Amino acid sequence: MSEQGTLLSGVGVGRGAVFGPVAQVRPAPAVPDDEQPADDPVAAKAEVEKAFEEVASGLREQASRASGTVAEVLGATAQMAEDKALRKQVAGRIDRGEPPMHALVAVVENFAKMFTAAGGYLAERVTDINSVRDRVIAKLLGVMPPGVPALTVPSVVVAEDLAPADTAALDLDLTLAIVTELGGPTSHTAIIAGQFGIPCIVRVGGALGLEDGDEVAVDAVAGTIFVGPDDALKDSFAKRAAALAALAEDTAPGATADGAAIQLLANIGTKDDAVRASATPAEGVGLFRTEVLFLERTTAPTQHEQATVYSAVLKAMEGRKVVVRTIDAGADKPLAFVTQPDEENPALGVRAYRLVRTNPELLETQLAALAETQEATGIKPWVMAPMISTPAEARDFASEARRHGIATVGVMVEVPSAALRAHEILAEVDFVSIGTNDLAQYTMATDRLRGELADLLDPFQPAVMDLVAATARAGKALGKPVGVCGESAGDPVMAVVLTGLGITSLSMSTGSLAAARFAIRQHTLAQCEAIAEAALAAKSAPEARAAAVALMAQSAREALGL
Amino acid sequence: MSQRTVVVASRVGLHARPASIFTQAVAASGVEVTIAKPGEDPMDASSILMVMAMGIGGGEEVVIEADGPDAERVLDELVALLETDLDAE
Repeated sequence: MSEQGTLLSGVGVGRGAVFGPVAQVRPAPAVPDDEQPADDPVAAKAEVEKAFEEVASGLREQASRASGTVAEVLGATAQMAEDKALRKQVAGRIDRGEPPMHALVAVVENFAKMFTAAGGYLAERVTDINSVRDRVIAKLLGVMPPGVPALTVPSVVVAEDLAPADTAALDLDLTLAIVTELGGPTSHTAIIAGQFGIPCIVRVGGALGLEDGDEVAVDAVAGTIFVGPDDALKDSFAKRAAALAALAEDTAPGATADGAAIQLLANIGTKDDAVRASATPAEGVGLFRTEVLFLERTTAPTQHEQATVYSAVLKAMEGRKVVVRTIDAGADKPLAFVTQPDEENPALGVRAYRLVRTNPELLETQLAALAETQEATGIKPWVMAPMISTPAEARDFASEARRHGIATVGVMVEVPSAALRAHEILAEVDFVSIGTNDLAQYTMATDRLRGELADLLDPFQPAVMDLVAATARAGKALGKPVGVCGESAGDPVMAVVLTGLGITSLSMSTGSLAAARFAIRQHTLAQCEAIAEAALAAKSAPEARAAAVALMAQSAREALGL
Repeated sequence: MSQRTVVVASRVGLHARPASIFTQAVAASGVEVTIAKPGEDPMDASSILMVMAMGIGGGEEVVIEADGPDAERVLDELVALLETDLDAE
């Protein structure tokens, strides 16, 4: 076990403070390049045979404890590990002088090729046979088996990074927290964790050194992992968990202590998200990411297909406000049915609203689908376009949307040029929504996916805050709503600051709503304004956040662990 | 050498569950059995990987072969198995 008292730290996402045993997600072991042919082929074959046996019986044992599909998949994988032909072919190659692990890799690759060529069901089994290979190699190397562990008790899942497939294989009900050595606060893992309200810490140096079963205390607020917590620490974590649970009991609409309203909304991508959000006190949806419908498809969804999904979302929200964002894809999120030349700087290329220049039919069909949705449901969603850079783009989008009968039209402020010209842009539309993730990326010239640059993407960066403040001021001057729909809105400190800046709605993962609602309610509007002013006056991101926290009410700091 | 020609009844073919049941039955018999599409090379019938990789569809003919004193009995049992829709059970 890792030494008791070891403290690791990273970037925390969420509010939770939990403790429990570590369950490591191991990467596939690498076969050493310089692996030599066996001196004693008979012994080498016996060793490989034994590894196969152990992997097979391990899988059988796991299968016997599982049920349903999981048991079936594990059983089928065990049968592959027992396969005589597979073992015979590996043995044959060892006899011919190939290094044992290389022999295994080559044999599995042949099967994988055959399976892939056959397509369909067989192609899907490539994952299983590769997993047998990785498990056998891990045995031969004497390292832990790779992959997502089958959790039996609530655990802190630790990984180098989690691919979407890994996350899908995780039993989220038994996942207390997720800790990754790589990734960033806006990475896939962090967003999924936020959606399910699971505390998450990314960019934790040394996380892979933790061992299965080590008891750790994970504090997502502080971004720390403490190995071997004592009873006093566990006790304080349990108290915080209880305080957080108590926060969730406040389901009234978002407002300051003196009753100034600030709408608290949910970010969603699918109908299922909408159903989940409608079960929370969210006052509506501040960001419906429609591109989810378009990604990973070989043909564009038809108008009617889109209208069916949009209608389902509107109906699920039962008349609460829904802000639909038109397709935010292209370049960095390529679409199979849109041919695009390779772009050197995809984040700066033909993406989001800019697709109207190359593929105008995409927006045309989507707006027609939204019109059909209004017709079918009698509900009028707000509709906004992503990545607008100029007032002229805002005007073009607004006139297209209004031509289709959209009543409330807006655009996103994600590009510094739009924030600097917020007054002129707001003159063209009914509302704007600030996407803080992209606004920070474009203001700080920092790729959102580069974890090592995470400090530059901090939404408390003074330059980013200046642009948010300028946009809010334009909204106040024109009497038009200015929302924020980035992950930053989910930070309760930032939620108070944004309220003080005059932002009118905050949209976030549903898991973050309770803490934001609570934090705002502990302060009057005048206090929020003073907190915002203090943050704006600071010289750096950490100082800005510290200045805001210092002015926050004692009650808020204690309950939120600030 | 005993031999049988049989039409695979499982609609999905010798994939997934049917392949798993068939190859386990072969392994349990203790007899070396091969399986082939007519005119093609015979493969180890106890190997789920080989059998799946052959891509035998439902309604396709296969030839199974075995040797030894138990060959006739084992082949009869395997024919009965292949003539059942193993995916439906």
